[in-house]
Amino acid sequence: MSLDSKTPSGPLAEKWTRYRGTMNLVAPNNKRRIDIIVVGSGLAGASAAATLGELGYNVKCFTFHDSPRRAHSIAAQGGINAAKNYANDGDSVYRLFYDTIKGGDYRSRESNVYRLAEVSRNIIDQAVAQGVPFARDYGGLLDNRSFGGVQVSRTFYARGQTGQQLLLGAYQALSRQIALGTVEMYNRHEMLDLVLVDGKARGIVARNLVTGKLERFAAHCVVLGTGGYGNVFYLSTNAMMCNVTAAWRAVRRGAYMANPCFTQIHPTCIPQSGEYQSKLTLMSESLRNDGRVWVPKNPEDAKAIREGRKTGNDIPEEERDYFLERRYPAFGNLVPRDVASRAAKIACDEGLGVAPTGLAVFMDFSAAIERYGKSKANAMGLHNPGAEKIRELGEAVVSEKYGNLFEMYEKITGENPYKLPMKIYPAVHYTMGGLWVDYNLETNIPGLFAIGECNFSDHGANRLGASALMQGLADGYFVLPYTIGQFLSNEIRTPKFSPDAKEFVDTANETRQRLEGLMNVKGSQSVESFHRRLGKIMWEYCGMARNAEGLEKARKMIRELRDEFYKDVFIPGSLEEYNPELEKAHRVADFLELGELMIIDALNRNESCGGHFREEYQTEEGEALRNDEEYTYVAAWEYKGWAEEPALHKEELAFENVELKTRSYK
Amino acid sequence: MKLTLKIWRQKAPNAKGRFETYQVEANPHMSFLEMLDVLNEELIAKKEEPVVFEHDCREGICGTCSMVINGEPHGPMAGTTTCQLHMRHFRDGETIVIEPFRASAFPVMKDLAVDRSSMDRIIQAGGYISVNTGAAQDANAIPVDKDTAAHSFDAAACIGCGACIAACPNASAMLFVSAKVAHLALLPQGKVEAKRRAQAMVKQMDLEGFGMCSNITACEAECPKGISVENIARLNREYLSSALGSETVA
Amino acid sequence: MSWFSDFLASSIGRKVVMSLTGLFLIIFLLIHLAGNLQLMDFIAHDPADEPGKAFNLYAKFMTTNPLIKAVSYLLYLSILVHAIQGWVLWSKNRKARGSQKYAVKVNKVADGNSFAASNMGWLGTIIFIFLLIHLYQFWLQMKLGKLPMAYYDGEEVKNLFFIVSEAYESLGYVIFYVLSMVAIAYHLDHGFQSAFQTLGINHRKYTPMIKWVGRAYSILIPLGFAVIPVYMYFFM
Repeated sequence: MSLDSKTPSGPLAEKWTRYRGTMNLVAPNNKRRIDIIVVGSGLAGASAAATLGELGYNVKCFTFHDSPRRAHSIAAQGGINAAKNYANDGDSVYRLFYDTIKGGDYRSRESNVYRLAEVSRNIIDQAVAQGVPFARDYGGLLDNRSFGGVQVSRTFYARGQTGQQLLLGAYQALSRQIALGTVEMYNRHEMLDLVLVDGKARGIVARNLVTGKLERFAAHCVVLGTGGYGNVFYLSTNAMMCNVTAAWRAVRRGAYMANPCFTQIHPTCIPQSGEYQSKLTLMSESLRNDGRVWVPKNPEDAKAIREGRKTGNDIPEEERDYFLERRYPAFGNLVPRDVASRAAKIACDEGLGVAPTGLAVFMDFSAAIERYGKSKANAMGLHNPGAEKIRELGEAVVSEKYGNLFEMYEKITGENPYKLPMKIYPAVHYTMGGLWVDYNLETNIPGLFAIGECNFSDHGANRLGASALMQGLADGYFVLPYTIGQFLSNEIRTPKFSPDAKEFVDTANETRQRLEGLMNVKGSQSVESFHRRLGKIMWEYCGMARNAEGLEKARKMIRELRDEFYKDVFIPGSLEEYNPELEKAHRVADFLELGELMIIDALNRNESCGGHFREEYQTEEGEALRNDEEYTYVAAWEYKGWAEEPALHKEELAFENVELKTRSYK
Repeated sequence: MKLTLKIWRQKAPNAKGRFETYQVEANPHMSFLEMLDVLNEELIAKKEEPVVFEHDCREGICGTCSMVINGEPHGPMAGTTTCQLHMRHFRDGETIVIEPFRASAFPVMKDLAVDRSSMDRIIQAGGYISVNTGAAQDANAIPVDKDTAAHSFDAAACIGCGACIAACPNASAMLFVSAKVAHLALLPQGKVEAKRRAQAMVKQMDLEGFGMCSNITACEAECPKGISVENIARLNREYLSSALGSETVA
Repeated sequence: MSWFSDFLASSIGRKVVMSLTGLFLIIFLLIHLAGNLQLMDFIAHDPADEPGKAFNLYAKFMTTNPLIKAVSYLLYLSILVHAIQGWVLWSKNRKARGSQKYAVKVNKVADGNSFAASNMGWLGTIIFIFLLIHLYQFWLQMKLGKLPMAYYDGEEVKNLFFIVSEAYESLGYVIFYVLSMVAIAYHLDHGFQSAFQTLGINHRKYTPMIKWVGRAYSILIPLGFAVIPVYMYFFM
């Protein structure tokens, strides 16, 4: 099957406007007759469900949380990009488009990214109207800051809790529709399978997590906004319950998984402290606006710090290697995430790591504290303030900007980041890969749509900071509600589906068998222990740096682990009750399959680009070496059962508006 | 460090619960939930049922984690959720009592997990600004005073965990409700329907069976986000002005 | 008037009723104390010389002046409404809290007196019992009982001072009185500032002042009441 992106014709800047003006519509009286299932209630899911409800569709929205407000979008800290150019620093829709394409290392679809940049401006308007308390200046207008990989200030933020505030905005819009009855909300329901009727997505099987019973739901189409799969690495900055199950079940039913190996490793996370660790915590990228990243030049010093004989403060200025500033003078500490992460890894590989595990670099705010302190003293008219006073003033400014992040750091590590440089290390954060979708955000299964992090569409091989919130909301508020009409306008004569139809009952039976299969293994090892082992394999061989040999090995290991899982996993409790261990088991079972596909994809892509760094393909300076001749395509994988290799479908990427260049941040 | 845990175990919503005692070996760098993970792994190894507790982001922002530790929701550290609480704040050999959030409007589902959907229903009653997608004007069209915006943010920082309700001797939801009312009423965009909102949310709050606020301020003391009871006064103001001052008779 | 009954039945409406009646009772306490202080006028006079004249005249004024009479009905109503509403709230709040109590109880509050704040029901009940005894002993006697008479400049006045001073001769009664004043002090300590908060009066600049005045009021007023029987017990 060839992959048709359904990109409309015409000049890039006019594609979306023209398309919107000519696409098929569903009349209001027909909308009332059409049911839509939205799975997930994060930024993408909640905004889509709310907007579709406003339009008059009958929406059913599902989340496995106890409330739609808990979705992991809530944890996004730094901000949301929009090409508003309020800062008057030369920003434009084109520049945001260009930065995103370049940041994604030229592996994303031009038309989608341009549309994203266009609607980014509407998102900010919408969010402000909903009551999102963005940061403002004294004139009462919105404030912006800059983020990694770009040279303009286009990031809107609400302290270090932008994701929370945007999600609450969407959650409130959703709540309003729930109250109006246009959206029926199903909390504590986890989608475990997709139901196809005559090849079209018409419903889901979900497990009621409270009763443990399987329930069937029918609709005219299904929208997945179920997030990313970073938890395949076990340790990531994702929330504990983030999983790939909904998307993976769609893959098992024929949807294609695109670029699964494109994983974002975020450079500034709190390093792991022990084996018991359950998750990693991100420190917002915004910190790199003021934090300088360094390691000691001398391995002896690094060793002393690791052993606790010295602290970062004991290393004199001339003995420090500010490696990002040295390697990338143009962007310095603000290089994109993949570049910063890899540089930190290289430093640690050279034995310069500063945590007891050897896996951490410093992020230092003392220069910023001094700079802000001096400027504040100046503003206050203090002449010759002492070093103490400058520090005090500077710390106050830094606290105003990043106070909550510094507090969080101190809570977790027990160290005061105002006095000692922070220790950071990269961690899995986001997955650019996801379900393959066309310009309408529709997967190759008719009637199945994927939005937000769940799809692959906009970030190519690397996502720029503050773009995830933008994409989730763009899809949910401003893209899907239009494009879904392209499918639904042909369905207005389709009667409502009954969840008691054969297809639904059969799918539910298959799901039940799968769950019973897991319960009946009755082995001896916990689900958690398998997940942890899977994570180690993925991180070791399919993490920040990959090579063919390691990937081959990892694939074998995962297959063995999967066999062992089905022979020896132990799940306490029973099927029909509130059983978090069973929930986890099903998610890990799916991760064990996805992990292998990620490795297959990484093996297939014989180049380095963005978050995918193949050690065999690098420049002499250790930078990523793309192979545009052979790999300027989206790799969309079709699952064919593990007895067979998954089939590769290519969507060639045509770049008509930007020139493919080697990404340089020097 | 060696710890003794007394944990509330309850099979199902209407089952009788009781405290069970467990011993666990923890490490001071662990988070409280990681300590419970260790306990659960040990229970699973013994083929026993692990302790059910709710959690998700483990970054202190999603509001899912919800237990009462030694008599305090989210434990003894001010401004800290359970997931961000670390074992270094406990003594070696200490006995820790862990209970679910308790309130009539928060029925226990299993062990430490409670049903907090009552809070969702309060938001559904009016905790929003009625604006459809696409209807918004330019974001900078209405300036908002920086201090007011900050004030609004302070209230909007609520994570909806329910600690205020768990801590309140009256199981009142006033801090939660007032945080949303204040967040929106302080902004010009939300001011328009502030009166209607206060009415609707208080009405739903009363229906859900929460207690009444007698200004004890335990809620603020235990709130992991430090939401102030100033918001409750604002809610009272909004409510009085809408109940007595507005000409809408409903 | 359904909007009004809806308001009164709402959680905030009920609290507003508590707040307004409470504030009224707070003001009443000040006036009552001013009257009681006239018991002390024996200090200035020779005890043999018409003890309690000022107090008795004041008592007569309070029971006969039509305006005061009207206000007094409002006062009785306030006391009853405050007490009954208080008990209703108390019971509703206990129900909201649920039957399963916490095994470990911690009373951490952000501000104010946690003991007073979380025991307003008990404190109020103690005060109510005191009030019943108090009213029976003095108010009811003044209204219906047979009091000895005093004569000032030919005017016949009920000698309330006599039975008051008689009551204060009992050490047990003085102790009961003083303890009741302690209960009032705690009740006021929370009630005073809480009444303002319930009315929505909370301001970063002025609330600290309200709290300061409330604290002073809750100490000085009950202290003023308590000093009188103690002083009279020891020095009269």
